Amino acid sequence: MTAQRETRNTRDGYAAALLELGEKDERIVVLDADLAKSTQTEKFKQRFPERFVDCGVAEQNLMATAAGLAATGKIVFASTFAIFATGRAYDQVRNTIAYSNLDVKICASHGGITVGEDGSSHQALEDITLMRAIPRMKVVVPADYYETREAVKAVAYIDGPAYVRIGRPKVPVLFDEDYRFEFGRARVMRGGRDVTMVACGYMLHQALDAADELAREGIEAEVLNLHTVKPLDREGILSSVSRTGRVVTCEEHTVVGGVGGAVAELLVEEMPVPMRMIGIRDSFGTSGSAEELVEHFGLDARHIAGVVRGFLA
Amino acid sequence: MIIPMRRPEGAAAREVEEKELREYLVNIAREVRWDIVRMIGLAGSGHPGGSLSCADILVCLYFHKMNHDPKRPDWRHRDRFVLSKGHAAPALYAVLARSGYFDRDELWKLRRLGSMLQGHPDRLKTPGVEISTGSLGQGLAAAVGMALGLRMEGNPARVYALIGDGESQEGGIWEAAMLASHQRLDNLTAILDNNGLQIDGRCCDVVGLGDVPAKWRAFGWEVLEVDGHDVLDICSALDEAEGFQRPCMIVAHTVKGKGVSFMENNVDFHGKAPTPEEMEKALKEIEGS
Repeated sequence: MTAQRETRNTRDGYAAALLELGEKDERIVVLDADLAKSTQTEKFKQRFPERFVDCGVAEQNLMATAAGLAATGKIVFASTFAIFATGRAYDQVRNTIAYSNLDVKICASHGGITVGEDGSSHQALEDITLMRAIPRMKVVVPADYYETREAVKAVAYIDGPAYVRIGRPKVPVLFDEDYRFEFGRARVMRGGRDVTMVACGYMLHQALDAADELAREGIEAEVLNLHTVKPLDREGILSSVSRTGRVVTCEEHTVVGGVGGAVAELLVEEMPVPMRMIGIRDSFGTSGSAEELVEHFGLDARHIAGVVRGFLA
Repeated sequence: MIIPMRRPEGAAAREVEEKELREYLVNIAREVRWDIVRMIGLAGSGHPGGSLSCADILVCLYFHKMNHDPKRPDWRHRDRFVLSKGHAAPALYAVLARSGYFDRDELWKLRRLGSMLQGHPDRLKTPGVEISTGSLGQGLAAAVGMALGLRMEGNPARVYALIGDGESQEGGIWEAAMLASHQRLDNLTAILDNNGLQIDGRCCDVVGLGDVPAKWRAFGWEVLEVDGHDVLDICSALDEAEGFQRPCMIVAHTVKGKGVSFMENNVDFHGKAPTPEEMEKALKEIEGS
């Protein structure tokens, strides 16, 4: 692990994007459910109070209200924690937002196990599965400050509903000011011929660290940044896998129907190859620090490297 | 010598106008009921009871109150209507067709594969449907969102939402009620189709709603009560609702299955289509009314 590198909050990237969008487009409206200080929509609220609505502790109402706003031609960003956005309000998201194909961009923070100390009730581990299953819903899981900022700006102008999963902890900065986000296109972070590692969000830097460790042993892993989980970049994944012949997916999420599931669905039909899925193995989360939990659930670079090593042996 | 007829003035003029308006709306409502029964009968499934109970309300909205243009369903300044109790879709489809949003022949394809008329409203398939509904308790919140959106852009259009009494058991109704009054949405009027019945029986026996007007007042709304089958009563309440500084709930006391004697107050016809014989009988009764 690199000792000193810059880390930043992905939520700050979200807030920066909202300010930029709000400045140049009057249709941008932001809704929150009493978590504006956590999701960072507070900054938009201060700049554009007339275009911000706090729905209170009522996530279902947040989503249905967002749908109505979008029906009047607004581009609506709806924010709360990932667990409430996708679980608590699932029916509103499915039946009122997505079925109506409305421009509601659900940008949820606190996705995954790295929520930490609050424990299982606040750790969204099934959100990608839930959102991915809804027709018309796009799913984006950005990895750092810049990717979050650019992804949010991109989904604002992609027709219909989208889900952007944002995390709680500060994460290493992987991109820079000039980063260009390409919606729907997996990005090759490093080339390699021995195995394809697919990762997104918080797991991307862990996968890259694992690849570094493996490289020192002569294992060349190709690392794909699958920031757009849906629509899936079929060509990008197949092109990499056709060269490496093996896949390891890494997600801060249940392995049931998530990122690994999406990749497996593609490969099992188009290019069956040996595969391993790293993620939460069908269990609830628990309290602990983010770092402890990442290690506890085997999501850290060392563990990932171990899985890849065993897989290729 | 011919004595020129004098047009009535003052109270007398109002009386004539009211009589004409009543006749106009009642006639449309009769035709709308006929369409509702026939489309559900032909479909072989659907919800006649709650469609018939709200028919007069929808007719008053679409043929008197609302500012809308079937030729321009996307007109920015149109008033919006949300059918929160989406299972009353046949009533909405009947008024939309009669308003001119689509050909009336579409009604006879209700619920069929490939039809523009889904079992519950789908905004992407049916012109004039503002938002897809069907899962209860969400339409009122969507209407709140619309009212917020219109107010943000200084759009003078109003938003109307029809909710059910059974539907009021959904917590989402009350979340929306709180947000609407907190935001002082004076451009929002909701109407409660208070027909007293739901699938499992009488609302008061399933989970009683208690003092409904008091509940809405407690949630910060203006409340009016009307006979939901008296078109003039409905129209004057819709007018009055525009004058408040807060959202207004019109509690419309209605009869489930209204207009077809064997469906009236009959819980069996909440979600059951009439048989072909029942349909013919019902259509005849409506024609003779």
